[in-house]
Amino acid sequence: MKSAILQTATRYLLPILLLFSFFLLLRGHYYPGGGFVGGLVASIAFVLHSFANGTEATMKILRYKPLSLIPIGLGIAAISVVLPLLFGLPAMTGLWFEEPIPVIGMIGTALFFDLGVYFVVIGVVLTILFTIALEE
Amino acid sequence: MLFTVLTGLITSSLLIPFGKFIKTKWSILLPLIPVILFLYYLLQLPAVVLGSNYLQHVNWVPSLGLNLDFKLDGLSLLFALLITGIGSAIFFYARSYLKGHPYFDRFFGYLLLFMSAMLGVVLSNNILSLFVFWELTSISSFFLIGFNNDNKDSRNSAITALSITGLGGFFLLAGLILMGNIADTYIISDLVSRREVLINHRLYPVVIGLLFMGAFTKSAQFPFHFWLPGAMKAPTPVSAYLHSATMVKAGIYLLARFTPALGNTQYWNTTLMIVGGFTMLMAAIHALFRTDLKAILAYSTIAALGMLTFLLGMGTTEALIAASVFILVHALYKATLFMVTGIIDHETHTRDITKLSGLRKVLKPVFIAALLAALSSAGLPFTFGFIGKDLIYEATLHYQQNWQIWLTALAVATNIGLVAAGFMAGIKPFTGALPQEYEQTHLPPISMWITPLILAILGIIFGIFPSITGDYFSHQVANAIAGQETNLHLKIWHGLNTVLILSLTTLAAGTVVYLFNKPSETKLAALERADKFSARYVFERVTDRLTIFAKWYTDLFHNGFLRSYHFRIILAAELLLGYKLWLSGPIYINFDQLTPLSWYEVGITLILLGALYIVVTTKSRLTSVVSTSVIGYAVCLLFVFYSAPDLAMTQFTIDTLTTVLFVLVLYKLPPFINLTSRKVLVRDAILALGFGAILAMIALRILYEPNTTEVSDFYGENAYLLAKGKNVVNVILVDFRGIDTMFETVVLAISALGVYSLIRLRLKSSEKE
Amino acid sequence: MELLLVLVLGLLYSAGVYLILRRSMVKLLLGIMLLGTGTNVLIFVVGKITKGHPPVIDEAYKVFQEIYADPIPQSLILTAIVISFGLTSFAIVLLKRVYALVDSDDLDNLNTPEEEDI
Repeated sequence: MKSAILQTATRYLLPILLLFSFFLLLRGHYYPGGGFVGGLVASIAFVLHSFANGTEATMKILRYKPLSLIPIGLGIAAISVVLPLLFGLPAMTGLWFEEPIPVIGMIGTALFFDLGVYFVVIGVVLTILFTIALEE
Repeated sequence: MLFTVLTGLITSSLLIPFGKFIKTKWSILLPLIPVILFLYYLLQLPAVVLGSNYLQHVNWVPSLGLNLDFKLDGLSLLFALLITGIGSAIFFYARSYLKGHPYFDRFFGYLLLFMSAMLGVVLSNNILSLFVFWELTSISSFFLIGFNNDNKDSRNSAITALSITGLGGFFLLAGLILMGNIADTYIISDLVSRREVLINHRLYPVVIGLLFMGAFTKSAQFPFHFWLPGAMKAPTPVSAYLHSATMVKAGIYLLARFTPALGNTQYWNTTLMIVGGFTMLMAAIHALFRTDLKAILAYSTIAALGMLTFLLGMGTTEALIAASVFILVHALYKATLFMVTGIIDHETHTRDITKLSGLRKVLKPVFIAALLAALSSAGLPFTFGFIGKDLIYEATLHYQQNWQIWLTALAVATNIGLVAAGFMAGIKPFTGALPQEYEQTHLPPISMWITPLILAILGIIFGIFPSITGDYFSHQVANAIAGQETNLHLKIWHGLNTVLILSLTTLAAGTVVYLFNKPSETKLAALERADKFSARYVFERVTDRLTIFAKWYTDLFHNGFLRSYHFRIILAAELLLGYKLWLSGPIYINFDQLTPLSWYEVGITLILLGALYIVVTTKSRLTSVVSTSVIGYAVCLLFVFYSAPDLAMTQFTIDTLTTVLFVLVLYKLPPFINLTSRKVLVRDAILALGFGAILAMIALRILYEPNTTEVSDFYGENAYLLAKGKNVVNVILVDFRGIDTMFETVVLAISALGVYSLIRLRLKSSEKE
Repeated sequence: MELLLVLVLGLLYSAGVYLILRRSMVKLLLGIMLLGTGTNVLIFVVGKITKGHPPVIDEAYKVFQEIYADPIPQSLILTAIVISFGLTSFAIVLLKRVYALVDSDDLDNLNTPEEEDI
């Protein structure tokens, strides 16, 4: 499926789609979007890239195995679950910075949690697809 | 007390990881467990002798009335001492007996489990926890009987024992719950005060009937006795521990424990006396014809258990005293004889008494132990058995008019059989000339023969100082069984009276029977022919039929074709749901509440249905996959229409990825072939359409129901106020129900790992090839 | 229009059931996926549908000002969609493995005959 047009296109599409997926993640708390959708869109970006350039090339861009994203994501989510315990609050209590940060907006544990979900989803989808694709 | 029960359970599970160390270097630690527990219970003795009870209450499942209540009174203490004391002896013995066995650690794991369960049974003061421990003894006994699991007989015996005791446990559970409900308490010590309610209730016969089923199966009473001789397939330490001293006495314990609350009624006494009396006579006769040492001991154990049941059935104070003493007497000499048998088997590799003789020359200390135990079992004066036998005769002689002669005759007849059986097992292998083949037999290590010797000597000491034994052990036991003060005082000499004459007659007659009865294979075969009419035969027939039925049923329903399972499950679901729908009356549709129809929806629905039709009918894989993704996108559009943007986005991306996945994998597979006949296709189509119709009707029915949205309203109103988010779906996912989402990601991670390992691991193994 | 969705879910279930009664493993898998989609639609419909009012609070306000779609069925379905991807991908790989092993897509070929049947 290697076509020059697709290869050139993905060179630009990959960063744009990744940016878009991050945008979906950040706005998830206020508008439609969130960690699941964001992660899925990011995975689609990589899958598209792998279709155009071959899975090995995509793995090279990723540098690490997608499998390693899963523990990272689970870890981030778990930290945001237990973080309130350090402040003497029940687990999963939402903690927020008082003032919104430019571009990103309000930052809190919920966003952090969503970030964990985002990474897990990318890790899971890419692990599944790339293991299958590499086995062919 | 809880800790004593838990000790065995915990160490038993610790043996799983640490078993390999225990097997070799640290095996000496194992017998220390029962020894420590034995010392603990010995320390409780002084307090209990004075009549005090020790209660312990631990909440477990208070809402179900299921708590860990423990009570230590005379009866419990005697059993606890037997369990831990004989347990100590058995543990030392088994350590040598099974030295170097590959499953050494496993064996002790089961044994510890059993010990804990047994302690739990005798200490429980709550009928439900009593039952739990009761079942645990059955299960651990199953593992122990089937310990040599490469032997078919051994496995069969284990299954027989489990099914009989398990069946009894089932009845027992029903009886216990019924009793608890009638008495309105699950605490055993409170049952006594509810005695009047219990014995006057119209279900009283049912309650004790169920209770008896449990006790009779466990204690091998006729007609359930046949599992016990079969259970002799277990390694000898197990037979000595479970099937003589402890587990089989659990049934007796149960009867004794509930005697104050339920006993001494017409039903109770008659049933126990008939069953016990018949069992003891039958088993005593059976024992005389056996040639296998362990079979002799098994039948004489059944006879002894019958005797105990019989005594409990008589229910007079004297009979209860006799029972409380006889429990200890029997445990001491029977465990010794079993261990002796084990040594003989271990050293000569046979248990056939027609072959064994003259072993006293090579196994001297073993012979002494066996002789003392046999004499105690025979009831020679100055042995503990003599005291026990005296008390039994006293009880039968003082029973009500008209019956005493018959009961005494029955007891004498049984005892004659027991005397002879004891001699056959304890003396016969050691007397006479030593055959050449056994000349090389050597004495096992001291840890093996010292324990039976100690038990045998204890039997003599207890017999010489009966007053001490009586005051310290039996007095409170008899009080606990009778539920009142029994004034038990054991004496060695009652004067020259009928009882003494009976005792001596029994001894003489037993000796005569021993000398003239020559068991042989032919006699045994003749006896076994009569077995055709026994419960065992019935049991085997029933299990055979059950197996045939199970096979027929399995062949019919579990034919290995996934689609036929699906068909049956769906058909059953349709029938149930359809019946329920039919019961709930007609379905209404409230057209006013429906959202208005738009052309977009109609268009999308048509596309979706078209794709659905293609999926079902196409022969090309690729077409079916593409059509499935079209369905997905159509659903995605429907989500867009009905205000679910998050769903739409997720559905869209997932659908894309699934299609990619399908294409990656299925690209190379051949097209579908039609394998099924048209008739079957039509049948399946009808079933499928029926299912869809039922689901649709359910949806319509729910739509007509009024909507309650309290939970949704809460989330909607508080999304921003509590969680600072405005997209409520996302707020629910990451905040309100965050833990659920957390575990959802874990599930996803597991599926990814599954895929990864499924592909990677297989690659490696194929590389090896 | 709810009735349309009810029709859709009924037919999705029918198609799903029909496909899992077939002998082909691929059809079995497609059937399971269709049953999943059907269930999603079922949950969506019985949760009462609303047009044009997503459960997102207006930018200017802190609470909803008018009616909004029920967010609970939506979050349930969102979870279900994502999980079903995990299930499908695992099943596909399993199917692939089985195919490589027995060289057939026919479920009946998976039955290992017992000794006495041979």
